[in-house]
Amino acid sequence: MQTLNVLIFVCTAYALFLFFVAFVAERAAMRGRGKWLRSSVVYTLSLSIYCTAWTFYGAVGYAARSGFEYVTIYLGPTLVMIGWWWLLRKLVRVGRTQRITSIADLVSSRFGKSNLLAVGVTILAVVGTTPYIALQLQSVTLSFEAFADSLNQQGEAANVSESTALWVAMGLALFTVLFGTRNLDANERHHGVVMAIAVEAVVKLMALLAVGIFVVWGLSGGVGDTLARIDASEIGKWQVDGGRWATLTFLSAAAFLCLPRMFQVMVVENSDEQHLRTASWAFPGYLLLMSLFVVPIAVMGLERLPASSNPDLFVLTLPLSEGQNALAIFSFIGGFSSATSMVIVAALALSTMVSNHIVMPLWLRANVGRASFSGDVRHVVLVARRVSIAGVVFLGYLYYRMSGGGTALAAIGLIAFAGMAQVLPVLMGGLFWRGATRVGALAGLTVGFGLWGYTLFLPSFGEGAFMPRTVLENGLLGFAWLRPQALFGIEGIDPLIHAVFWSLLLNAITFVTVSLASFPSPLERLQGAQFVNALQQTGSARSWSAGTAQTEDLMVMAQRILGASEALQFFRREAARQAGGNARPGKLPDPTPDFLQRLERELSGSVGAATAHAMVAQIVGGASVSVRELLAVADETAQMIEYSDRLKAQSLELSRTAEQLRAANEKLTSLSVQKDAFLSQISHELRTPMTSIRAFSEILRDTADVSREEKQKYSSIIHDESVRLTRLLDDLLDLSVLENGQVNLNLRDGTLREALDKAASAAATGDESPAITILRDPEQESITLHTDFDRLGQVFINLIANARKYCDAEQPELTVLVEHNDLGVQVDFIDNGSGIPSDAQDLIFEKFARVSPQRAGGAGLGLSICRQIMERLGGSIGFLPDTRGAHFRVTLPMVAPEHLAESKPLVTN
Amino acid sequence: MNGSPRKMFVERQTYRKRRMQDAARFLPVIGLVLFLLPLFWPRGPEDGIAMSVAIEYIFAVWIALVAGALVLSFLIKEEPALEDGGAPEPPRGRND
Repeated sequence: MQTLNVLIFVCTAYALFLFFVAFVAERAAMRGRGKWLRSSVVYTLSLSIYCTAWTFYGAVGYAARSGFEYVTIYLGPTLVMIGWWWLLRKLVRVGRTQRITSIADLVSSRFGKSNLLAVGVTILAVVGTTPYIALQLQSVTLSFEAFADSLNQQGEAANVSESTALWVAMGLALFTVLFGTRNLDANERHHGVVMAIAVEAVVKLMALLAVGIFVVWGLSGGVGDTLARIDASEIGKWQVDGGRWATLTFLSAAAFLCLPRMFQVMVVENSDEQHLRTASWAFPGYLLLMSLFVVPIAVMGLERLPASSNPDLFVLTLPLSEGQNALAIFSFIGGFSSATSMVIVAALALSTMVSNHIVMPLWLRANVGRASFSGDVRHVVLVARRVSIAGVVFLGYLYYRMSGGGTALAAIGLIAFAGMAQVLPVLMGGLFWRGATRVGALAGLTVGFGLWGYTLFLPSFGEGAFMPRTVLENGLLGFAWLRPQALFGIEGIDPLIHAVFWSLLLNAITFVTVSLASFPSPLERLQGAQFVNALQQTGSARSWSAGTAQTEDLMVMAQRILGASEALQFFRREAARQAGGNARPGKLPDPTPDFLQRLERELSGSVGAATAHAMVAQIVGGASVSVRELLAVADETAQMIEYSDRLKAQSLELSRTAEQLRAANEKLTSLSVQKDAFLSQISHELRTPMTSIRAFSEILRDTADVSREEKQKYSSIIHDESVRLTRLLDDLLDLSVLENGQVNLNLRDGTLREALDKAASAAATGDESPAITILRDPEQESITLHTDFDRLGQVFINLIANARKYCDAEQPELTVLVEHNDLGVQVDFIDNGSGIPSDAQDLIFEKFARVSPQRAGGAGLGLSICRQIMERLGGSIGFLPDTRGAHFRVTLPMVAPEHLAESKPLVTN
Repeated sequence: MNGSPRKMFVERQTYRKRRMQDAARFLPVIGLVLFLLPLFWPRGPEDGIAMSVAIEYIFAVWIALVAGALVLSFLIKEEPALEDGGAPEPPRGRND
């Protein structure tokens, strides 16, 4: 009774001592005097949470059952630590540069900050760790009962042990909440916790060494005698199965890297990469010492204790049976230390993962767009952490109550190892292979996790618990090759080796295959390069585009997550950095990409990379939130560029139209000017003959003595002028008729030559113009046409007369070229004069247009009439500006269309 | 002519440093091989190797590995000036 009370007292005192150590360490760290807290010795000792109660008690039991096999659990980590230059160096570097908070965060960060992956790894970790926590609680309870047993106080012990696990669980949860969530350190480092663990590491090593020394030199007669006893014992021969030896070594190495608690102390709590250098030899040394006396203790226990006693508790029961109560209590404390340190760190690591990857994303989703304005994020994170810690520890307790204890301790440990080892392919692939993709990681993890559950985890509960006996014996759905412990029909393998082999093999194959087949997102590729090349460069993850972020808002948010003073310090430092060391006090840093990136890293230390990114993104705004969104923006930009191109084309077209309109307007204006000019011209034209007619008719009327010659002369002047007037009016009338489409065409057959002959002779009759040589090719002209030859002749006469009138060459020549094909005839009139000025070319076909008024003979209606006639005849007349002289081209069909003659008025300008 | 004594010295130092890094990489490999050597041992309750021999062998290898790692950890104590790629490593201190 007394011993039991002493035990409870010592236990409580030890717990209080741990609280005190953690408290002192926290205070020292807060005052900046914590350098010694972060020495490589403390780092090495903190790694010792690898050695849990399973190691402390279980290794001896393991040795008593299966001989030397237990040592593989230490050999794996030894090789990993000694090979730090290969792997751990890179892992720690990545963890530090990327501000990784947990193994789930690492995997998520590597694969494009995928929260889905983080959630997957978190679930895996919770499933794998919960039995382990239960195991620790069980070991404390068992050791307590062992004490009671040896003192024959079963009744007492039964009462106590009912509540032992619960008390221990509550105490551990309290400790973890107190020191694990005191503040949200940007580096996620917990000085108090680490210091307490280091102390516990010393305690458990000392306890085990004390028992070992007692056994070797107290009970046995020194080293030689002990070795002789070992050889004589039932485990005195080498009986280790080769497959298990290799598999367990590998498995323990994998677990050493992947267990959440190991990752926490090794990577997250690491404050200086140089500590690895010391730990590379010191931690293997620690493991060596931890395992040194395991076999002697086991052999001595087998020799001295009754066969019914639990070999898992030899470390405790051996001193008890020898009456060494003080040593037994020390040993108990050692086991207690192992259990508590494991639970504390595991709960801390798991709570970080659960709160960062499950609780916070959910909370953020529920509070979209209010990261900096609603509630206290820092408070939320802390509460989430605390609840997670309590939840994880409670889950372990629940598992312990449900399972009822009793299973061999080592079995659960190895199952948990195998579960967490499923992360190994993804972790290795992520660190060394840039081609690893998110989808591949997801697929690999799913396959590995599923197989582990199917072949190892579920069967471990015993037949019929979660897995019906029929499934175990006949396979899933009756498929024999799906038997959980003989996949693909390969029987007779040790279940653990079987499960590890198949789950990791298929996990890795799936991971690699899917990675090869899939294409990573840009962010994944960026992160992949960062991780794989971590040792070559210390570059930054990905840059924020500068701009819209509001520093004040960021400050508010950072304060809530980092804490007011820490955030202020960070912002002050950043301002100083930006200003080159002479910043005004109170000045906030500009939201440069550089600054945003550092802020994001700082935040990711508290809430995880994905959450931090999302939070900064909410404040910075949509312009540069994620590469995916950036790509969306780029798409939009591309669309906008396309749209603007279209706009540009449209505007070009518009400006072309405007140009045309302007030209048309100019033409109209000039036409109007032309018309005005002609109106005055026509007035003049009409007035001149009218004036002379009036004047001479007045002379004839009023003068009495007009001679006959004079009378003759005057009346012929009047007549000539009247003819001229009539001709002018005829022209006008002709044009008007043609324009209104009221002309009647006199269509008949004839040859082109006739028309040209008539025209040439008619045009030659004028007297005042100089003669012109007409060059023709009669062969070409003998074409029979069906058209109105009077009208066509009118056109030809006009063209020839014009050439006579306007050709300014010394020897005026007019060349008439005729070409024809099936469709029509083309007659060119080319003179050798100086042609028509380019500014007049547009106007020559207009009414009343005259190229050179000073030489005008007619009213300027000729070409206009010609055009109207040609249109009536189904052809056209045009001016070709290509040659030196004036070049008119008349085209007309072989047969003039009948209908055109009677058509409605053609609209002309 | 090419390479003053000083430069020679630096190169030699770098060379040694790299070889020590090689040794650090090599150590776990040899450790693995030595730890897997027991796979060849005869086993069984009758003709298995004596447990004491096994213990002595494993712990001897273990101690040798720890000692090797200890020596190497001092030999590559200086910051590796050059990485494998030959690119100078940026300063490791974090300034944020």
